[in-house]
Amino acid sequence: MPHIKSAWVIGTLILSQVLCFPAGFQSREKDKPAASLTEDQRIVHVLNRAGFGPRPGDVERVRRLGVEKYIASQLQPWMIDDAAVESRLSGLKTLTMSTSQLIEQYPPRMQSLTNQEKSRDEVQGKSSNEVDDTGRLKTLAGNRPGRIIGELAQAKLLRAVYSERQLQEVMVDFWSNHFNVFAAKGANKWLITAYDRDVIRPHALGKFKDLLEATAKSPAMLFYLDNWMSANPDASLNLNRLRSLRPRRNRLGGLSGLGGRGEPNDRKMDNGSENPQRRAGRKLGLNENYARELMELHTLGVDGGYTQQDIIEVARCLTGWTISRPRQDGEFRFARLLHDDGEKTVLGHKISSGGGIRDGEKVLEILADHPSTAKFIALKLTRRFVSDEPPAALVARVAQVFRKTEGNISSMLQTILRAPEFYSHEAYRAKVKTPFELVASSIRALGGETQGGVPLLRAISQMGEPLYLCQPPTGFPDRAEAWVSTGALVNRLNFGLALAGNQLPGTRVTLESLVSTLDQPSEDLVQALTTRILQGEVSPQTLNTLRNVTVERDAGVASRDLGLGPAKIAGLLLGSPEFQRQ
Amino acid sequence: MNITRRVFLKSSGLSLLGFSAVPPFLQRLTLSNTAGNKKILVTVFQRGAADGLNVVAPFAENLYYRLRPSIAIPQPSAGNRESLIDLDGFFGFHPALGSLKTLFDQQHLAVVHAVGSPDSTRSHFDAQDFMETATPGVKSTTDGWLNRHLQSRKDPGETAFRAVAMTANLPRALRGQAPALAMSRLNDFELKTGGQNSAVKAAFESMYEQSVDSVLGGTGSDAFEAIRFLKKANPGQYQAARGVQYPRSPFGNSLKQVAQIIKANVGLEVAFVESNGWDHHVAEGGVQGQLASRLSDLALGLSAFHRDMEARMDEIVVLTMSEFGRTVRENGNRGTDHGHATSLFVLGGPIRGGKVYGQWPGLEAEQLFEGRDLALTTDFRSVFAEVILKHLGNRNLDKVFPNYEVKPDQFSNVFS
Repeated sequence: MPHIKSAWVIGTLILSQVLCFPAGFQSREKDKPAASLTEDQRIVHVLNRAGFGPRPGDVERVRRLGVEKYIASQLQPWMIDDAAVESRLSGLKTLTMSTSQLIEQYPPRMQSLTNQEKSRDEVQGKSSNEVDDTGRLKTLAGNRPGRIIGELAQAKLLRAVYSERQLQEVMVDFWSNHFNVFAAKGANKWLITAYDRDVIRPHALGKFKDLLEATAKSPAMLFYLDNWMSANPDASLNLNRLRSLRPRRNRLGGLSGLGGRGEPNDRKMDNGSENPQRRAGRKLGLNENYARELMELHTLGVDGGYTQQDIIEVARCLTGWTISRPRQDGEFRFARLLHDDGEKTVLGHKISSGGGIRDGEKVLEILADHPSTAKFIALKLTRRFVSDEPPAALVARVAQVFRKTEGNISSMLQTILRAPEFYSHEAYRAKVKTPFELVASSIRALGGETQGGVPLLRAISQMGEPLYLCQPPTGFPDRAEAWVSTGALVNRLNFGLALAGNQLPGTRVTLESLVSTLDQPSEDLVQALTTRILQGEVSPQTLNTLRNVTVERDAGVASRDLGLGPAKIAGLLLGSPEFQRQ
Repeated sequence: MNITRRVFLKSSGLSLLGFSAVPPFLQRLTLSNTAGNKKILVTVFQRGAADGLNVVAPFAENLYYRLRPSIAIPQPSAGNRESLIDLDGFFGFHPALGSLKTLFDQQHLAVVHAVGSPDSTRSHFDAQDFMETATPGVKSTTDGWLNRHLQSRKDPGETAFRAVAMTANLPRALRGQAPALAMSRLNDFELKTGGQNSAVKAAFESMYEQSVDSVLGGTGSDAFEAIRFLKKANPGQYQAARGVQYPRSPFGNSLKQVAQIIKANVGLEVAFVESNGWDHHVAEGGVQGQLASRLSDLALGLSAFHRDMEARMDEIVVLTMSEFGRTVRENGNRGTDHGHATSLFVLGGPIRGGKVYGQWPGLEAEQLFEGRDLALTTDFRSVFAEVILKHLGNRNLDKVFPNYEVKPDQFSNVFS
């Protein structure tokens, strides 16, 4: 439809004059004209950003369907048949198990460890020895709890590679990171599966406030940021009634079976102090950790306008938001006895006394509706989809959509995925792929066949992104500078070579499927593979290098006809600066 | 930046690829190292906000015990291993720091207390950034203090290994124009091409060097340079000195590898190492518990490093730091929340150890910061500046610490 196209071109030209793209825009090629992207470039761009990169044939498929229709279908993932990936996941039993089933079938090997060894292991992130000295996940074995995290990571990778609901997988990755939970902390090993399946996935394209509430009530988040222990300091006066709540010792070697550390009435934590007051009863109290991160990281942002006093008041509202005993499935429970029912003031809103669980729910509503939240979420989304320093005007538009639709994630995505800024040259191939994105897109680009197992997970971890194992609540960074370091880059190059050379157990690529024949002069092979892997979009320098690379024969005479084999060429392409970006 | 340095190195004929003889530059470097001129700084970042008050506890303060009824460590008591280790009649080491007491007595270890950042943020994220950029309160700083040191003190003999972080990704403190390496494991830092090595390596090098992608291109070139160096120098061949046992932990492994890099004489000047897991809001523990196990790891690691470096320690300073301390009062979960000032260690040959430096602000309610935290009496930049000036010999303090007036007469004088 030509008139729309020319309007588009004109619109882009006008916008590129009006919008001042910040200096932080990764301008790699300074003399690029301000023309719009070609149709194929737009397709590739969408497949890269709203998914994990094109597989062989994907560009053609989307071209036939049309980019608009493709985006529209991706925004309704439930309408997309995903039986293929589901069958790949069927062998991962833990994915569908409830928390109590997981606790039962994957008990910790902790009974024999002393408390000190346990706490040492956990603090070092060793998580009952699932992680080795360098912090890497060990081989999944038998019925160890580490297997649970392992299967989750495996599933995440398999979905990224094989799911047809690509945009949904991108959003699950985004929200899992935004609402980061460190899976190896104590009880989180058993709580994380439900978190991924029942909290993040169902709401990834829904409404932000629903997602927010689901995370706030999730045992995984409550445990991770210690809110499950947060209590009204005066609650300790109700000692008798509390004693009746004290769980008996069970399989997990501790009270309420959740790792046994730090429970309010956990005698094991007696540190030998001679203080007689301690023997009389345990002092309970407020824990600010979750309240702070809820505002700083999940909603308002660090400059969103809250004070230390607000943190305390929010923490008060959230007292009693805790976890039930595992015999009752390790589920959310509101413990009235732990709740501070007094009057509170949060960000200027008065919350009357006697609100019970409604106090915390009101806080979540206040936060979700706060203008700073709209801005913060808009910024993070735009940074993910457009560029590290996204254009302020687009961020503002997305924030406006947030406010207008009460945080409808799908609506915000539509705004981004239809924005001229999204389809600009400045945004095209501007983002550096995270390790996870690199691995998934590499396998997709080569049409590879994988089980998504430990060798791949280890590679991702070595590049700096151990899945589900990010310790601080900030989650993994979303900017290039964090991922581009010398050691990480070497690991990326090695990964590309290993993948293309079929050196990764459990994963196989057949380069013959990519090009018509491998038996062709290396120059043509380079062209064919470059077309397949990078849609032909490599710099003249890279192309030149690949064409001219030669292999020295033993006799010391270089032969141009010999070149490097297809596996090495493919490996070089996967490790190229171009492929590090999307 | 990068380009100038690479051109310099290349024009001196320093490409080590294919050389069998040791290039003159490397010979000079080796000689200068054994002559003991190269000073080295190892920074240890304790991420999570280390509780300085329980690491080096003021046992002479009654309030310390009143405000921490369950997690305060008992007064020093001879023969009782579950009590503080007396340092000077006022402060005591947490018992898990036993291996550091020897170093303290030998005057190789100093403590600075009530040190920290004047900014009042209690966000880990922001506070770590502020400390690593050494610009508290300013979010727009793009480079780190260690990188600005590298920038402001050119070293004509500098190598690809001048600054190394034993981490998967480059920490903020080392980000900036000057090249710095990040690697979590020495063994992983080489191209595994599985045959046709030189052709593949050459191809990668060419791609990255010629890339118009300035971010990736620069990093790639630095990486290949470092790989070449590493291959020649082979730090992995250096075993720890007899009887030295590093703790088997990420922190221990990092220090062990720093030691290997130093022994390999590849021109290391600044190393960055992390120790994680200091954020105990819950069940921090007193004598036993989370803090104790972190301290044990820290102490065993530092003392192993000290013994491993032997005489070399005369040229080495290890500096610990943490983004802030923790609340003076324990919270309702027998942990502590985010605080303000904390304590740090300076370890090494040239220092005047055996002392707790800094002005003690006291623990009375009106002496606390915002009524809850240990107050600050020494800005961390003052300690950092003293190290930069007196140990690394860099006078460009205004460049390393912008918008901060370094007052040498107010230094703690940890250095002689």
